[in-house]
Amino acid sequence: MSIQDLYTEAQALSTAELRDDVVQHLYERSHKLCHEGISYTKTKRDTRTEKLDAIFTSPIFGFPIMIVMLGVLFYLTIAGANIPSSILAEFFGFLEGYLTSLFTYLHAPDWLHGMLVLGLYRGTTWVISVMLPPMAIFFPAFSLLENYGYLPRVAFNMDRLFKRVGAHGKQSLTMAMGFGCNAAAVISTRIIESPRERMLAILTNNFVPCNGRWGTLIVLASLFMAANFTGGIKSLVTTGVIVGIVLFGIIVTFFVSWVLSKTALKGIPTHYTLEMPPYRKPKIFDTVIRSSLTKSWSVLVRAVKVAAPAAILTWVFANIYIGDTSILMYAVEFLDPFGKMLGLDGYILMAFILGLPANEIVLPILLMGYLSTGSLTEVDNLVDLKQIFLDHGWTWLTALNMMLFSLLHYPCGTTLLNIYKETKSKKWTFLAFAIPTVLAILVPLIITQTVRMFDLM
Amino acid sequence: MVNEYRIALAGNPNTGKSTLFNALTGLRQHTGNWAGKTVSLAQGNVEYKHKTFHLIDLPGTYSLFSNSTDEEVARNYIVFEKPDVTLVVLDATSLERNFNLALQVLEMTKNVVICINLIDVAEQQGIQINERLLTNRLGVPVIKISARNKKGFPLLLDTIDRIVTGAIECNPAPMTYPPMIEDKIKLIEPKVRELVGNEISSRWVSLRLLDGDETLLNEISKRLVPEEG
Repeated sequence: MSIQDLYTEAQALSTAELRDDVVQHLYERSHKLCHEGISYTKTKRDTRTEKLDAIFTSPIFGFPIMIVMLGVLFYLTIAGANIPSSILAEFFGFLEGYLTSLFTYLHAPDWLHGMLVLGLYRGTTWVISVMLPPMAIFFPAFSLLENYGYLPRVAFNMDRLFKRVGAHGKQSLTMAMGFGCNAAAVISTRIIESPRERMLAILTNNFVPCNGRWGTLIVLASLFMAANFTGGIKSLVTTGVIVGIVLFGIIVTFFVSWVLSKTALKGIPTHYTLEMPPYRKPKIFDTVIRSSLTKSWSVLVRAVKVAAPAAILTWVFANIYIGDTSILMYAVEFLDPFGKMLGLDGYILMAFILGLPANEIVLPILLMGYLSTGSLTEVDNLVDLKQIFLDHGWTWLTALNMMLFSLLHYPCGTTLLNIYKETKSKKWTFLAFAIPTVLAILVPLIITQTVRMFDLM
Repeated sequence: MVNEYRIALAGNPNTGKSTLFNALTGLRQHTGNWAGKTVSLAQGNVEYKHKTFHLIDLPGTYSLFSNSTDEEVARNYIVFEKPDVTLVVLDATSLERNFNLALQVLEMTKNVVICINLIDVAEQQGIQINERLLTNRLGVPVIKISARNKKGFPLLLDTIDRIVTGAIECNPAPMTYPPMIEDKIKLIEPKVRELVGNEISSRWVSLRLLDGDETLLNEISKRLVPEEG
């Protein structure tokens, strides 16, 4: 009898739970050995970690605590970023006046002023004033949690859910990474050894919003979702909406992982050990402040680098006319019927297409698109901003759909490039593009058609 | 050749396995363990009582279920290369998790020494370990050391020496599984023994086959039955 036959025979005898039973037994014996062979005298530190773990990873409180933590994180980000954001926007608007005077003084041609000031300057300063304050709050707060040792507990809580959908528990760690940057998170999936589970993690990473999309989500949520509220409650409602969007993204992650693990990526999740580090007092200066400052800065530099050329391009498209219609308008009109079906419009789809290189620039491009056609309002604060949207027929439904589209749509160019580098497969890279795109079209489509059918507007 | 023995070092990552390796051999080299990369094993010699111990630093792993290349390398070395003694290095401050690996090694091979490292840190934290009781329960020597401070080395080397000379015999206490699993092992084990003989533990191979470990399958057909080609 060959070993192959024996293997077949053994497999016929075996059950799917065998590995789990074996592992459980090993752990039980380890536990018993430790119970008998180890005694503790002064175990203050150890019991503290154990007690905290009992709360943070408890089957009852684990998830509510996680959601509350997420909520607090977003609330701090949103409430705290409001004022510095508008101060920055005002400051840049103030500077713009001087820049315009300078251009007039130098008798610069109109197109140059349009391209550099109305296109490049507005686009990039928009990115800075909308994105810098939330990042400067979100990153330190997030690294505070990370430093304290809370993130591994999140992974522990999520592990069971991931296993149930046929994915690997470590996917929750790569997911957490995705909140920062999907492109980096795709590389971080290397921590998952099984190729099947790693592919699941890569294909679904995009469903957690990266910081390039935070700006869009936060601005739209605060402008439209919490419009009837003021003061502290406004931030609270905005936070609720953002948490909802993030949770929806996580649900989609589970759903897509589950479908894939039943179809294209069949298999059983592998066993692994997640090491829980002890809770530590975060090193405030070293890790939290310094690392988040460098992180915010590098993200910002990247955004501005991509946003500047895109801003110029958008302006050029909006101002080169073929006949009596600009190139941009041709594209917008072409996309408009489809956009309307999804509860969006041609400008929004155009912005997402031009925003492929980086999600950070979607909102600025959209604004430039709107501004280039309508009356040139000065965008000094968020209220003016809302007027621009309203002038183009926006409702809360448009905002919701755009948020969902932003959450679900295809990964940015850098992420796609990384997916190709990591998988070395055109097929999987294409799927990583196609799955989110199909979802991003279906979900707003269903919502819009339902709302219209029941006349909820 | 008679006086040369191979000693493999296994253990979880970050248990001070490499520190022990360096302290014993005097070699200052570092073994990286990055999943998916070809793993090269660091080797070094220790002279003790006119004997040469060749120490092999296996990759640090949490288990030996061949989830990753590292686990496969470590497992293949212990099972197929058959070191004279396998040293399992454990972290005294998190023994419960660490024992998991030790128990797996005990299923695979007989001559094992359990090295509880970082004992100084554990004592600072008020963790007291009864190594005699553990020795009794496990059936192999359990030794407390501190690789950083080179504490416990004489006893460790002496124990290794006495195992290779046959002065101590290791009798690992077998793991017993629930009847459901034991019954299946009983069904398959005689046939496995026929095939692998006494070269490797037939009980362990049976368990791995039941678990569906295909990488082991390839390893066995490659290493043990080449004549059937």
